Amino acid sequence: MQILSAKNIKKSYDGTQVLNGISIEINKGEVLAIIGPSGSGKSTFLRCVTQLETVDSGEITICGETLVKNDAAGKAVYSDRASCVKIGLHIGLVFQNFNLFPHFSVLQNITEAPIRVLNKSKEEAEITALALLKKMDLSDKANAYPCQLSGGQQQRVSIARALAMNPDILFFDEPTSALDPELTGEILKVIRSLASERMTMAVVTHEMKFARDVADYVVFMDNGTIIEQGRPEQIFENTQNERTKAFLSRFNED
Amino acid sequence: MNYQMLLTQMLEATLMSLRIFFVTLIFSLPLGLLVAKGRMSKIAVINLPVRLYILLMRGTPLMLQLLFFFYAFKPLFGIQLDRVLAAEVAFVLNYAAYFAEIFRGGIEGIPRGQYEAAKVLGFTRKQTFFRIILPQVIKHIIPPMGNEFITLVKDTSLAQVIGIVELLKVTSNWVSSAVEMTPLVIAGAFYLIMNGIVTRCFTIAEKRLDYYR
Repeated sequence: MQILSAKNIKKSYDGTQVLNGISIEINKGEVLAIIGPSGSGKSTFLRCVTQLETVDSGEITICGETLVKNDAAGKAVYSDRASCVKIGLHIGLVFQNFNLFPHFSVLQNITEAPIRVLNKSKEEAEITALALLKKMDLSDKANAYPCQLSGGQQQRVSIARALAMNPDILFFDEPTSALDPELTGEILKVIRSLASERMTMAVVTHEMKFARDVADYVVFMDNGTIIEQGRPEQIFENTQNERTKAFLSRFNED
Repeated sequence: MNYQMLLTQMLEATLMSLRIFFVTLIFSLPLGLLVAKGRMSKIAVINLPVRLYILLMRGTPLMLQLLFFFYAFKPLFGIQLDRVLAAEVAFVLNYAAYFAEIFRGGIEGIPRGQYEAAKVLGFTRKQTFFRIILPQVIKHIIPPMGNEFITLVKDTSLAQVIGIVELLKVTSNWVSSAVEMTPLVIAGAFYLIMNGIVTRCFTIAEKRLDYYR
């Protein structure tokens, strides 16, 4: 079953083409890794499918529901607001900078949306939240505040916060880029364990080894276009494109 | 000098000062928030009049505004506001303009990521503002708000220009008729006590919100 289908997505900022016809599909239970140099449009693509940005043209369908499609003139037309909100509930997003709510405790960070948005009872939301915290190995931090946690712990809370909404697909926007190198491991471990549970995920990452080990499918982007895509073995061991080769060789140096 | 009479009059006048203080806060804080929203609006029909209003309120003396609402309201609009109401209207409109700019600074200081996280989680705009943004804004604007509250305690003395008998008016009446300085000292002490309480409240509020950064 197809969870995400994006077709020919185009977007420009002030005349600069940031996404130049991106098409990506993700099936249920798959893990997609999006790699590429800074400024290649990877994050912008995630921001478009999570509705933090709008596209200029193209088609996005999530869980069979159309978020945006082209009109006869080839210009993007979004669904009505209620549908967009509903489609947004299928997805979760983990940010590079966590974006936890600093005035809420760890527990409230996780329960607030299920209570206010999904109308769950406080008890039910807290049971789910505590189970997620246990899974994230943070049971003892339920009553702590974000500022009392390490970056890695904050990022695990933000993953729990996203999972509490029970999304059909979880997006990660460079989830380890704001962390000290010794803390990236704990986040990658969490994503690996989610992958082993067949959680559908799309991860924008600079961690090549991780992409190679965990992803079912890898997309290499540069200058707003997909340069190469395929299974990880194919991309990393049998690289076809010169630009992909040049990009990957920089990671292999160290 | 009749000290009992002096103190009775000064306490009564203090009640008037306090009345203006509280009425101003009760109405100008919510109004200020609304004005801040208008000031940040991208719609010119909302934004421009709000900017003009803030310019007028901050750019002219509060004393002039007091005189305007008491003396100029009837010739212009046909309604005579009584002294206290005119004073309250002037104070509310004046302070709302200052509060609006403080709120705006606080709201614009909240990182964009907070809005984005709230949006992706499905919060409505109203929920996002009242549950996520505003509580953080309040923490950040406590120091400038403290300044305004303290200034307001002292500004209530301006109400005497439209004949309102507040603390400083009574004081100056006594000083000029009795040629004695004691009332000045007492009035000073009264203002200090009021602002001491205001300061204490702000210190407590700041401490209470100190649990997060």
